[in-house]
Parts: sequence; C-alpha cells; structure tokens
Amino acid sequence: MNRRQVLRVLAALPFMTCSGQLLALPSVNSNKFLLVFLRGGYDAANLLIPVSSSFYYESRPNIAIAKPGLDAHSALPLDSDWGLHPALRESIYPLFQNQQAAFIPFAGTDDLSRSHFETQDSIELGQAINSSRNFQSGFLNRLASVLHGSNAISFTDQLPVIFRGETQIPNMALRQLDKPGLNPRQTKIITAMYQNSDLSKPVVEGFDVRDEVLKEMTAHMDTASRNAITSKGFELEARRIATMMKEKYSIGFVDVGGWDTHVGEGGGVGYLASRFDELGRGLIAFKEEMGTRWQDTAMVVVSEFGRTFRENGNRGTDHGHGSVYWVLGGKIKGGRILGEQVSVNQANLFQSRDYPVLNDYRAILGGLLGGLYGLSTAQITSVFSGVKAADVGLV
Amino acid sequence: MAFCVLISKLDTQLSERLQVPYLNNIYGFILCTLSCFLLTGCAASPANTARTSWPKEFQTDPILLLNRVTWGANTNEMHQLVDRGVENYLDSQLHPDPVITLPNTVHAQISGMQISQKNMVQLAVESEQKRKAADAIASDDEKKAAQQAYQQYLNQLAKETATRSLLRDLYSPQQLVEQMTWFWMNHFSVHQSKSNLRVLLADYEDQIRAHSLGSFRDLLTVTAHHPAMLRYLDNEQNAKGHINENYARELMELHTLGVAGGYSQADVQELARILTGLGVNLSDQKPAVKKEWQDQYWRQGLFEFNPNHHDYGNKTFLGKSIHGRGIAEVDEVLDLLAFHPATAHFVSRKLAVYFVGDSPSDALVDHMAKTFLASGGQISEVLRTLFMSSEFRASLGTKFKDPIHYVVSSVRLAYDDKTILNAGPMINWLNRMGEQLYGRQTPDGYPLIQVSWASSGQMTTRFEIAKAIGSGNAGLFRTDNPEATERAAFPQLANALYYQSWQSTLGAETKAALDQAVSQQEWNIFLLASPEFMKR
Repeated sequence: MNRRQVLRVLAALPFMTCSGQLLALPSVNSNKFLLVFLRGGYDAANLLIPVSSSFYYESRPNIAIAKPGLDAHSALPLDSDWGLHPALRESIYPLFQNQQAAFIPFAGTDDLSRSHFETQDSIELGQAINSSRNFQSGFLNRLASVLHGSNAISFTDQLPVIFRGETQIPNMALRQLDKPGLNPRQTKIITAMYQNSDLSKPVVEGFDVRDEVLKEMTAHMDTASRNAITSKGFELEARRIATMMKEKYSIGFVDVGGWDTHVGEGGGVGYLASRFDELGRGLIAFKEEMGTRWQDTAMVVVSEFGRTFRENGNRGTDHGHGSVYWVLGGKIKGGRILGEQVSVNQANLFQSRDYPVLNDYRAILGGLLGGLYGLSTAQITSVFSGVKAADVGLV
Repeated sequence: MAFCVLISKLDTQLSERLQVPYLNNIYGFILCTLSCFLLTGCAASPANTARTSWPKEFQTDPILLLNRVTWGANTNEMHQLVDRGVENYLDSQLHPDPVITLPNTVHAQISGMQISQKNMVQLAVESEQKRKAADAIASDDEKKAAQQAYQQYLNQLAKETATRSLLRDLYSPQQLVEQMTWFWMNHFSVHQSKSNLRVLLADYEDQIRAHSLGSFRDLLTVTAHHPAMLRYLDNEQNAKGHINENYARELMELHTLGVAGGYSQADVQELARILTGLGVNLSDQKPAVKKEWQDQYWRQGLFEFNPNHHDYGNKTFLGKSIHGRGIAEVDEVLDLLAFHPATAHFVSRKLAVYFVGDSPSDALVDHMAKTFLASGGQISEVLRTLFMSSEFRASLGTKFKDPIHYVVSSVRLAYDDKTILNAGPMINWLNRMGEQLYGRQTPDGYPLIQVSWASSGQMTTRFEIAKAIGSGNAGLFRTDNPEATERAAFPQLANALYYQSWQSTLGAETKAALDQAVSQQEWNIFLLASPEFMKR
C-alpha cells in the first residue's frame, strides 16, 4: 500500500483507529517504554569516556574527562575501557552499579547528512533511507498500532514525527502546566454542543485527558511536597511524566534540547556537564516517581548523531556520526557496555573524524522492543521493516 | 438578476432582525452601512462580465461560500460580496488586481519590517557578515553571545515573514490569492530552521504568491531556481560525481507526479544528474569556471548555475532522451513534469482535497485534470472548474479546518477590518497546534485532511483559543510600544452578520449552548468553539 492509498483509506474512515487513550483495551503486557530524544546531537564521547584510549586524550586537549581517580571531576569507572561523566555520579552511576543502566556505544543511523533535522526525521520515521519514505508514519506510532490497546502519549507541545501515523496519539507537554481557561460549566456546555457531531469523541477525550493530568498533578502536589516544590526544569517534567505513565500510559516520548555544543562545551565541569547533571537528575526522578512500576520499565535515551571525535578550535565539537545510546530501567539487564565495539583509535574513526555506527538504531530498538513486549518477528518487521532485530541481551 | 435576488433576501433578513431587542443599536448601524453598500453596488454595478455564469445555488448561502473561498467570512467580506454580486466577486477572486491593496494600517505595519526594507540579497549579505563576525570572535563567551544574537536576528526575520503572511490572510481583499499562497508554500514546503533559510523565506513566499493563481509551470520555475528550495532539499550539494538525489526525488514524488506517478528509481537518479549544478551562492565571488563553459555560468540574485558541477552527459528521463547541454536540460524536464498527466491529476486532487473535502470523487479530479492540461496548467482555470462543480457546492460547510484556517477565521470574524497590532498570539497558537508557518519538519507539507488534525489535544487547544479570542484577552492588540495603550474591547459576534447568515447554518445543540451564555464574551466563546465553526 503506498502513501496515497493509505491516505485514502484513512480519509474514508475517520476515527477508525483512535486508540482511545483512556478507554483502551488492556495492553499486551503492562511493560512501560519511554523514549527520551536529546535534540541537537549530544557529545557521546564525553558521556561514555574511552578512558583506555590515549587517542581520546590527544584529540581533546581542552575538553577531555580525566581518567578515573584523579579528582572529583574525573570519569567514573565502568570497566577497563570505559568511564562515565562525573556529573552523573549521584544519578545514573548507582543505576549502572545496580545493573539497571547499560550503554550502547557506536550506535546510530546510516543517515550521513549530518543535518539535525534530516537525521532526526530519519530516526523518528524509522524507515530505510534512500528510498521512497512515508512521511506520515513514525515508528512509535507503528509500535502503538502493533500493540493495539497500548496507551501511547507524547509529552511534547506538538505531535512529533515519531508519533505520526494511523493511530491517534494524544500529546500534552508537561514542562509548564497552565490552569485550563474553561470552567467546568463551560466545559459541560461545549461537550453537549458536540453530542451529535463526528467530533464528539476527541472532544470528550480531550477534556478527560486534561482533567486527568490536572487531577494527578494536584494530588501529587498535595502528597509529595518533598520533591515537587524543589523540582524544576527537566526534573519536574520527568516527575510529571512518571506520574502519567505509572497510571495511564505505557508508551511515552519526550525530547530535551540544548546539546549542540559547537563552542565551549567544557569537560568535567562546564556547559555540557550541567546538561548531563540536569538530565541525570530528571531520569532518576522519573525512576523514583514510577515506584514499583520501575520494575516493568525500559527507557532509552537517543540523539540524532554523535559529534566529531576531536575538539574543534572553539573547545567544542561539531556534527558527527556514531552516538552512545543509554538504556535504563528495572526491566533491563544493565551494568554493561553492549553491542558491537571497536577500540577507539584514529584508524577506527569513520571518515577519520567520527565514531562509526556499528549498531543500527532500528536493529537495537527492534530487539529491545521485541523482548520488552514479546513481539513476533512479523510485528517487529511492521515497526522496522527491512532490518533484523539485534538481541544484544538488554531484556 | 441573481444579484437583486440576493439583495432582497438580505433586506428581508435585516428587517426581521430588527425585532431582536438588545442588538438594535449595532444592528441599525450595520443596516445603514450595508444599505449604502447595496445602493452603491447597484448603481455602479457594470454589466455582467463573467466568462461563465456561476451556479445559482451560490446565492442561497453566501456565508458558506465565503467560508470556503476566503480565510473566513466576516461582515466586511460579506459587504464585498454583496457589493459586487456573487459572480463578479468570484471572478475578481480568481483574476485579482495584480497589485496588493491593503488597508493603510496593515500596510504601515508591513512596510516597517526589515523584510520590506531590504531585499533577499541584502538580507543574505548582512546575515552572512553577522555569522562570520561571530565565528571570528576568540573568547568563548563572547562568541556564544554573538552566535545567539545572529540566531535571534534570523528568528526575527522569520517572525516578520509569518506576521506579514497572517496580516495578508486577515486583511487582503485578494483572499483566494492568500489561500493559494499558503497552499503552494505547503506544496513546495521548506523548513525555516535549516541553515539560514529564515533569511530567504520572505522572498520565497512573495515569488510563490505572484504565481499562486497563475501557471503551475511558473511555480516550478520559481521553486527550482530559488535558494530556499535548493538549500532545503540539498540540491546545492548535488554535483557531478557527488550526486544528491533529495530534490530530484521530492520534485517528482511531492511536487509533480506524485508517488504513484509512474517513475522509477532510475528516473530519480537521472533527474538528479540533470539538476547538478543548480545551487546557491551567498558570496560576491564568481567561481573559476572552466573556459569552455564560461558562457554557461548563470548567476541571478543568490541563484547560481555552476557548469563545473553539472553532469554534461546525456540522460534518459521518463523514457525520453535528454541531450546533455547544461541548464537548458532543466527547462526541458520541468516542461515534461509540469504538463504530465500524472501531475495534472496529482495537483488537481490536492486542490480538491483543500477546497472540497477529504476524498473528492475521481470524476471531479478527472474534470479538473482535463482543465489543467487544456489550459497549460492555469491554476485559476482549474479552480474555476472546481468551483463550478456541484460537488463543491454540496461540500460547503463540511471541510474540517486545519489549525491555520481555525486561527485565521476566528480572528477575521472577531475583529473584522480592525487591524490587530500583534500577530504573536496567532503564531503561538499555530505552534501549539502543530501547524507552524514554514515549520513542517518533513518535505511533504502539512496534511490537509480531518484525521490528521481532529485529535483530542487539538480540540482542547482550540477551545482555549476560542476562550482567549472570545473574551478579548488574546493579546492581539498588545505591543512592545508603551505609548500604544490601545486595548480592543471583546468582539461582538452576536451581530447582524450572525443573525442574517450564521444562525441558519447552526444545529440545535449549538443554538442551545449559545442560549446558555451569560455574557457576550461567553457567547463568543461558544460560537468559536462550536462544531460548525470547526468546519468551513
């Protein structure tokens, strides 16, 4: 079926495929999946530090993270080859030690445009590039369709490419919550106006989601002043996301910006370190808020590409290729650095400037989601067609 | 004749309306104004010069016709229609005066913008200087600050372009031109965040606007030679030996033939070869072109054809041999694509989806495609065929508004010809609803069908917007200038236009809701939030 035919069918059947967020059937299993997209291409080589590589230290005279043990701003030891950025000492490092965090270096796409937008689109569409692509079909929407009945939601202002498709997915940004402008009486009157309209369903659902979010948030503020008052930025947002995912939703998406570090990105301290710190605190806040449901959760942190391995003339890094994906959750067999790897030296750089991609994102995510939801090969194929899922032992 | 029927119908409705108690004052005023319009309309109305006579049914529900042909009905637009008569009105929309005439207050806002005071080349040169100056700074902090300032400058240019576009949608008498400008900007979509595209947008939109009701072939020429498109779809990097297929593929799949238009991957590759050398040059330097190709080098504004990058070999495209000879190959294939039957169908269907409904009949699309081919791709002729069809008339009032139609029609209705001072809230609403101007992330443009927009989050957001506009708290008259203290009162939507025209199109549920309103503001909110107002 080509895109035009799909559109025609969709046009002919309005609302056939509403997944009915609040009213949905029970999902395949109760596992939870959250995808965190770091927009801007974060500097993966300063997150997962190749501490045994002298080439790393030669390539980054101003921004390298010191080998473990030198001082508080040195890398945190993971294994003999890899260390973790020290800004994650209190958040992600303990998770790794508890086998609930893993990293996959040399991960990414075969998109070589090195353009933020094109590579983000490529990843979110999750389709083979260099052929005709269906821009109306993002891979998380296809996952939601495969898991009919699974409640998916995007915690963003707009529905991102990754959620485009035939299943209707609600979106609601939780960064900043405004009180609704309409009072209950007006809400009731408007709902009644739509009782015999073809738009009745989304209207009712929209008010329901709005009210649920506010109810959850208000209840949370009442009972959990311990954290809610002091939380801000991504940490507050992540707590709110967990509140929603714990109860209602099983597939979630959120994006975090600010990773395009061309200038003065810093090393053990500095700009990127504070971004990692905020992200790490947010992710751990999400874990706390999930409570016992953390045991059923897998969370993946991705970015469109890695950055140049060598620092540039401005103590920053430019657009590169291979990245490092983070996989976190109670459901994860962590404490390991997974996937295909090569030693970090000049000869192994891609185009003599970037990390190569040895672990295709579609294969990795296909393997993870297949394991998490018990998907058949056919189901995985309908999410990521044309690739063989890679089981790197995540779940 | 039809014109007089319309007048008497309006007159009757007007007289009936006089019985309504609390609107007498506004009503008397509008009746007076309207009568003046009607009289001058009658006196000055020339003999009917329409080339074809329009269907009679248009006279029965002028408000539904206006809601479809324009960015949204309001009292002023109804006057225009009544003044000219339906037939002349539609003709004037299809064949408008080439010069845009905006109200003075709108014109003043637009002419104060940087994008009006400098042309694209000047803006590009200026922005390149800013970028290079920022790059040359040694100190990290100062460099970051300068780069941020450069980005803010680009953002400001994009915001000006969006504001200008919205002001034209709200106040331009050439409503069909403005609707078609959005349509083609969406058809030949570019994303403002790529590179320095924000500098190029204003010119890109103006050039597309100039051909929005003209020939499709001209639209292809404009887009294939515009730096915004060549940059957005990477053709500036497409060179012999370093082929980039991006623009070639989308030119066929999205701009002309459509995905099922009968081309192959080999055609994509051959078209990419033909398009080699079409690029962008922001500098004042001419590249060193090989001697034998010197006379082939072509530079116009920021557009450049660089023979060094062109593949001069022969090609086979869509089964036809193309003799390799430089940029003339591009004209040859644009002709092939522009007048191809698959293109005629693809473009006609998309127009029908925009102006009729989510699944137009094959018969209508075939009819339009026939006109397309017979007229050499004249868009005004294709639209005339569409407007003449019974399917168009039957569809009035049933097409779900995408976000931009919802936002613009709401503000048009609320404030009519009173000029807003701040389009910022409108821009924000479009962002929230996911239909930002120049913001489609993928090259396919925004979808035009109901399932793509009628989501739960979307409806809730629209109600919040209805509340902001209806209560007069939307911020459309708030400016940065502390001197300007003008505050518009909340809109008065329960007006003559409503009682003459809107009311009869509303269902019982909506009327019942309006009856429960406890204030004019709340009444406004319910009207703007009604299921009927979600459609056009």
